[in-house]
Amino acid sequence: MDSSQFVTPGFGLVFWTAITFIFLLLVLRKFAWKPILGAVSDREESIKSALESAEEAKKEMQNLQADNERILKEARAERDTLLKEARELKEGIISDAKEQAKVEGDKMIKQAQAAIESEKKAAVADIKAQVANLSVEIAEKVIKEELSDKKKQLKLVENMLGDIKLS
Amino acid sequence: MKLTNWQNLVIGFIVFLISLPSFALLQDHSQEESIVHEIEEKEEEFDAQSMIVHHVLDAHEFHIIDFNGHPISIPLPVILWTDNGLTTFMSSKFHHDDSGKTVVEENGRRFVKLHETIYQLNEGESAVAFDAEHHPTNATKPLDISITRNVFMMWVSVLVLMLIFTAAARRYKKSDNNVPTGIAGFIEPLVIFVRDEIGIPMIGEHKYKRYMPYLLTIFFFIWINNIFGLIPILNGANLSGNIAFTMTLAVFTFIITTFSGNKNYWKHIFWMPGVPVPMKIFLAPIEVIGMFVKPISLMIRLFANITAGHIIVLALMSLIFIFKSIAVAPVSIAFSLFIGVIEIIVTAIQAYIFTVLSALYFGMATEEEHH
Repeated sequence: MDSSQFVTPGFGLVFWTAITFIFLLLVLRKFAWKPILGAVSDREESIKSALESAEEAKKEMQNLQADNERILKEARAERDTLLKEARELKEGIISDAKEQAKVEGDKMIKQAQAAIESEKKAAVADIKAQVANLSVEIAEKVIKEELSDKKKQLKLVENMLGDIKLS
Repeated sequence: MKLTNWQNLVIGFIVFLISLPSFALLQDHSQEESIVHEIEEKEEEFDAQSMIVHHVLDAHEFHIIDFNGHPISIPLPVILWTDNGLTTFMSSKFHHDDSGKTVVEENGRRFVKLHETIYQLNEGESAVAFDAEHHPTNATKPLDISITRNVFMMWVSVLVLMLIFTAAARRYKKSDNNVPTGIAGFIEPLVIFVRDEIGIPMIGEHKYKRYMPYLLTIFFFIWINNIFGLIPILNGANLSGNIAFTMTLAVFTFIITTFSGNKNYWKHIFWMPGVPVPMKIFLAPIEVIGMFVKPISLMIRLFANITAGHIIVLALMSLIFIFKSIAVAPVSIAFSLFIGVIEIIVTAIQAYIFTVLSALYFGMATEEEHH
C-alpha cells in the first residue's frame, strides 16, 4: 500500500469538492444566510430602535416630571405668599379693630363718666334739697317744740343768731 | 492576532514534520507487509495498517461490513476521462477486488483497481504486471473523477446542511417578528457566533458582511464533515481528513484573500512600510512565501488533525485484533471513548480555526492604512 496517497490530493475529490462547495455556497447564500442574517439584523435593529424610543420616553417622562416639580414649587411659593398676605391682612384688621375698639371704649367710658358725674351732681343736689327740706321740717318740729316755751324760744333765737354769725 | 497566526503555522508544521517519518515508516512497512500479505492471504492474518489506511483514505465503494467473509458495500459510480472520452461504470464491476486482479472492460479500454486507484491497462494488455516496488508497469492512471465514498458523503452532508439551514430560514419567514423558533433557535446562536466572534472581530465592522456567506458556509461545511467522519456506521468517510478536500477549501480562501487584497495589503507584502530599504528588500520574499504558507497551513492543519484522530481510534481498536484477546477490548474501548470525546471537541475546534484564520486573512487583505 502506497502511503504517499495520504498527502497526494486526488484530482477527483478536488474537482468534486470545488464544484460542491461553490454550489453549496451559492445555495446557502441565497436560501439561508441572507434570510437568517437579514432576520437577525432586522430584529437587532428593531430591538435597538425600541430601546432608543424607550430611552426617549424616559427622557420625556423626566422632563414632564421636572415640569411638574417646577409647577408644584411655583404653586407652593404662591400659596405661601398668599398665606403670608392673608396673615398680614388679618393682623392688620385685628390691630385696627383693637384700636377702634379702644377709642370707642374710651369714648364710652368718658361718656359714662360724664353721665355718672352729672347723675352724681343731680343726686347730690337732690339729697341737698331733701336734706334741706328735712332739716326745715325737723327745724319746724324742733322749733315748734322749742317754741312752746318762751325760754327756749329765746335761746333758740340766740343760737341761731350765733350760727348765722358763724356761718 | 498575528502571533497566534504564526503559532498556528508553527504548530501545523510541527504536526506535519512529526507525521512525515511515520508516513515513511508506514510506507516502508506496508510494502513488505503487502508482499507478506499476498503470500499469506489464505491465513487471514489481521493487518492493522492496511485496515487503517483503507479506512482513512478514499474508496470507490461504500463498504459497510464484512459478513461471513463476504463484503457488503454500496457500489458507487466510477467516472474516468480516458483517451477514448468519458467512461463510466459502477464500482461493483471490480467485485470488491482492490489488488488489480479483476479487469473491467469498458468503452474499449481495460481497467483495474489497485489500492483504490484505477489504472488503465495499455493497449493489448490483459493483466496488470508489477515491478519490484509493486508498482504497475503496463498501466497508466486515467483522470479519475469518480463519485467516491468521500464525494458521496460530501453530497450527503450538503443535503443535510441545505435541509437544516433552509428550514431555519423558513422559520424566520413564517414568524412575523423574526423570533427564532424550532430549528432556527438552535442555528441562530451558531450563526451569530460566526458573525460576532469570527466575522466582525477579524475583518471589521464595515467589511465583514461581504465575507459572511463564505465564512458561514465553510464553518458548517467543515464541521458537519468532521462530525460525519466520526460516525462509525458511515465507515469513517474521512472527507475533512483528506488532503484534497482541505486543499480545495484552502485554495478558495487563498483566492478570496488575493482578490480582496487592497493597496495597503500589497504594499505590506512587496514594500513593507516603516522599515529601512534593505529590510524592505529582505522582507518582500518572506512575505510572498507567507502569502502561500498561510493557505498551506490551513490545508495541513485540518487534514492532519482529523486524520490523526481517525488513526488513533482505529489503532486502539486494532489492538484487540493484534493481541487476539477480548481482554484488551475494555481498554481499547475506554481509550477510544476518551479520544472520541476529544474528537467531538476537535470537530468544532478545527472548523472554528479554519474559519477564524480565513477571516483573519481576509481582514489582513482588506485592512486600511492607519499609521
